Amino acid sequence: MNLLLFSLFREKKRRRIEELAQSQKKAVDGGNEDSQDWDGRWNHVKKFLERSGPFTHPDFEPSTESLQFLLESCKILVIGAGGLGCELLKNLALSGFRKIHIVDMDTIDVSNLNRQFLFRPKDVGRPKADVAADFINSRVPGCNVVPHFKKIQVFDESFYRQFHIIVCGLDSIIARRWINGMLMSLLIYEGGVLDTSTIIPLIDGGTEGFKGNARVVLPGMTACIDCTLELYPPQINFPMCTIATMPRLPEHCIEYVHILQWPKEKPFGDGVALDGDDPQHIQWVFQRSQERAAQFNITGVTYRLTQGVVKRIIPAVASTNAVIAAACASEVFKIASSTYIPLNNYLVFNDVDGLYTYTFEAERKENCSACSQVPHDLQFPSSAKLQDVLDYLIESTALQMKSPAITATMEGKNKTLYLQTVASIEERTRPNLCRTLKELGLTDGQELAVADVTTPQTVLFRLNYTS
Amino acid sequence: MAQSAAGKSNKEQKYDRQLRLWGDHGQEALENAHVCLINATATGTEILKNLVLPGIGAFTIVDGHKVTGEDNRAQAATELLQELNSDVSGNFVEESPDKLLDNDPEFFHRFSLVIGVQLIESTCLRLAGVLWNAGVPFLVCKTYGLVGYMRLAVKEHTVVESHPDNALEDLRLDQPFAELKNHIQSYDLDNMDKKDHSHTPWIIVVAKYLEKWYNEHNYQLPKNYKEKEAFRQLIREGILKNENGVAEDEENFEEAIKNVNTALNPTKIPSTVQDILNAEGWKNITAQTPAFWVMARAVKEFVENEGEGKLPVRGTIPDMIADSEKFINLQNVYREKAMQDASVVSKHVESLLQSVGKVCVYKSKKKCKNAAFLRVVRCRSLADECSVELVNKDEITSCMDNPDSEMVLYLMLRSVDRFFQQHSRYPGVYNYQVEEDIGKLKLCVNSLLQEYGLNVNVKDDYIHEFCRYGASELHTVASFLGGQLLDVEFLLNKYGFVMPKTNLFIPFCLNNQKFLFALGCAAQEAIKMITHQFVPFNNTFIYNAMSQTSATFQL
Repeated sequence: MNLLLFSLFREKKRRRIEELAQSQKKAVDGGNEDSQDWDGRWNHVKKFLERSGPFTHPDFEPSTESLQFLLESCKILVIGAGGLGCELLKNLALSGFRKIHIVDMDTIDVSNLNRQFLFRPKDVGRPKADVAADFINSRVPGCNVVPHFKKIQVFDESFYRQFHIIVCGLDSIIARRWINGMLMSLLIYEGGVLDTSTIIPLIDGGTEGFKGNARVVLPGMTACIDCTLELYPPQINFPMCTIATMPRLPEHCIEYVHILQWPKEKPFGDGVALDGDDPQHIQWVFQRSQERAAQFNITGVTYRLTQGVVKRIIPAVASTNAVIAAACASEVFKIASSTYIPLNNYLVFNDVDGLYTYTFEAERKENCSACSQVPHDLQFPSSAKLQDVLDYLIESTALQMKSPAITATMEGKNKTLYLQTVASIEERTRPNLCRTLKELGLTDGQELAVADVTTPQTVLFRLNYTS
Repeated sequence: MAQSAAGKSNKEQKYDRQLRLWGDHGQEALENAHVCLINATATGTEILKNLVLPGIGAFTIVDGHKVTGEDNRAQAATELLQELNSDVSGNFVEESPDKLLDNDPEFFHRFSLVIGVQLIESTCLRLAGVLWNAGVPFLVCKTYGLVGYMRLAVKEHTVVESHPDNALEDLRLDQPFAELKNHIQSYDLDNMDKKDHSHTPWIIVVAKYLEKWYNEHNYQLPKNYKEKEAFRQLIREGILKNENGVAEDEENFEEAIKNVNTALNPTKIPSTVQDILNAEGWKNITAQTPAFWVMARAVKEFVENEGEGKLPVRGTIPDMIADSEKFINLQNVYREKAMQDASVVSKHVESLLQSVGKVCVYKSKKKCKNAAFLRVVRCRSLADECSVELVNKDEITSCMDNPDSEMVLYLMLRSVDRFFQQHSRYPGVYNYQVEEDIGKLKLCVNSLLQEYGLNVNVKDDYIHEFCRYGASELHTVASFLGGQLLDVEFLLNKYGFVMPKTNLFIPFCLNNQKFLFALGCAAQEAIKMITHQFVPFNNTFIYNAMSQTSATFQL
């Protein structure tokens, strides 16, 4: 782990502290009349910030400035206000962080209440970010949580740049990759050297049942989310022919009704999409799934399984979230205060059998499509079709794109070769898929720009003809 | 809880995500449990929060500490926790555990589990003795600065559903039972049309080629890498070829080749299960024998008779490329055999119970399905751990070969307890004490090592670090750790407290994060104990928040 970062951090802190000292001359200890600090409120924190010790970070010097920075300047962004988010928010607020923003695009559901403890039955239906912020703001004196009931993708660099540290409790890999890409796009390289003051640390936590992980990403310096894509288990997608013609498991029957039968029969009206949260919709799928299963002598279709398959439900409990959120919040504190060397850089937790933790240093990938500065090579014969390139972008374990849009600069003009996400353009560019790269006029060494939901910036590739 | 109704009960909706982990029966066990928490510190209440949210039946907080002159900490905590989940009933007892042990030790006998947080050593050992004799599991939790500590004390804890992560399948290909043999016979791979050939389950494919292999290898399974490679090649040659001699795309054959490694594992009883079946303590069944052991004995009798040395068939097979009919038929062969075996085991259970004058009231099917996953956890008592004669010297000294092993943190925690005993306070609470206390703590460390005859080296750095912590957590035994349950304002209004001297509102800080890690773990271990699902740790867990590492020791 590069200690440069901590020097940079302290630089940022010093600048802020200077600003503060100039504008307000206040004693640190005991707080001031305006803040809600009572005598001795921060004694515990101060033990760590103001006493030296044998295991602290080499750059650490006990001082009273750190507490000031923590309380008054440090700005944290929490992404996700669900199982992890609620725990994170509580931990950070009670650790002394006062400027916290929280982003979540969801509203509260009854099934959240077994672990997302900032919410009560009366809050069902309201935005998670709003309710979480209200709860903390009304109960932790001095804390100011700003909620954003929005998707992370609606914000641009100017929003993200304001934070010192970003911590995530997300439930999707796509979203993780997106924020990862966003932080990469904030990095500034001068003459090939990274300007470390443009780094915003990303602490990422994830849980599933009794398993969880927490990791520290220093964009541009340590392994990023995309560097370790292979660590994520592949999402289970049943092959279409199994679903359509030879189901074997109850899940296959449910997916048949979900993917094929619903669009055909439109049971609740034209254009009415299947809503996994609507019990009537699930009931309909459940009954039809039972019928299908009966045709093939398959047992095991239950209402619970039906909902689980349709919504891709991940089992969850309060305790695992508490553990991982605590680990993440510790890292936020360590980085913000430079007291101890942060996690380097990946922690795995599993308490199915006893309690197991494993810490290791995930390595950067040399040609990572998100964080290496090198344009990724695409090796194809000139006779390959555009479809082959598309397939590669989607299926490669290193890239795992979802619906890539490919453009190339030809004769000084930007040409869209294929784009799926807008129906009219999809239709227009579809014939290109069957054409060879040579036919499309692409030359050896040509740069292709690919946009995808997994990254906020376009990814550059260099086309290398193998024949 | 009705499965099919679209209008699922509110409770079922609320608990949906966790029901998918431990099932309705696990939830029932949780809702029938009554947990006792001793010391409603923020840490204790955090553990309870993680038990209240998933719907524990009831909790009782025992805490003699007063918050103000009149109001009690236990009561405040109980109210806050109840607000989290109206399904749970909360009680409190405004009494110190020591007083209860003096006047009414049997008070503790009613609980499913007792969780003791931030107990001083003497109280902890007294309580541990009472609970051990009463057969009540005891979970001790402590955090100290950046160190989290948990200790589980239970004589014997049985687990039927351990839910192992990567269990091997129970396919019996090395010793196919009669019905499986017949089913395999019904296939003739050499005379099938292409569609059927490509949609034959890989289990059948492996079985068929195994027959071929047996003919050429004297009925011996492929044993080493070379032989398994040759076997895979044999299967590969069976892939259909088109008119140009090019191999067709037969995914089921590819699956067969991939699975050769595990599919040919000899069927045998795991050693953990062997130990259970041969356990000394339960050799003679009486009317008091717990259900788990009656079942174990019945399974043993099955193994020795009808099972011919093997456990009851599990009855599940993984999904694989195959057409629906072939797959379902194969699956049913395994399922029916499993049911048969389960009913034989049931008969053994019935006759065992009859022999001691009892009637069978429980079902065997789940236990038979899990026969290979049965686990028993036996933790040593705290008394043994702390006894000079029985201390686990080997474990301690071998771990300390690495002086930075988490074991040193355990030794420091014991030393700090010793310090408290001698000085009635913890080291380094106030800045001016830190320097002097380092020397005093070192004396405690040395006396501890000497008393137990431990020839290990505890680095001075750790002694310094533990003084630095200033027991900030332990100091807050008298405090409420500021709105752990986020109701600082509520408390301010309701109880009118502002007590800077007792540090009542010290909010959460770095060491609490560490605490939270350990507490999330504590709640989960408590759930495992109550549901008898998943396997609890045995018996000491140390979490080091500095390095984000942990270790489990059996002390």
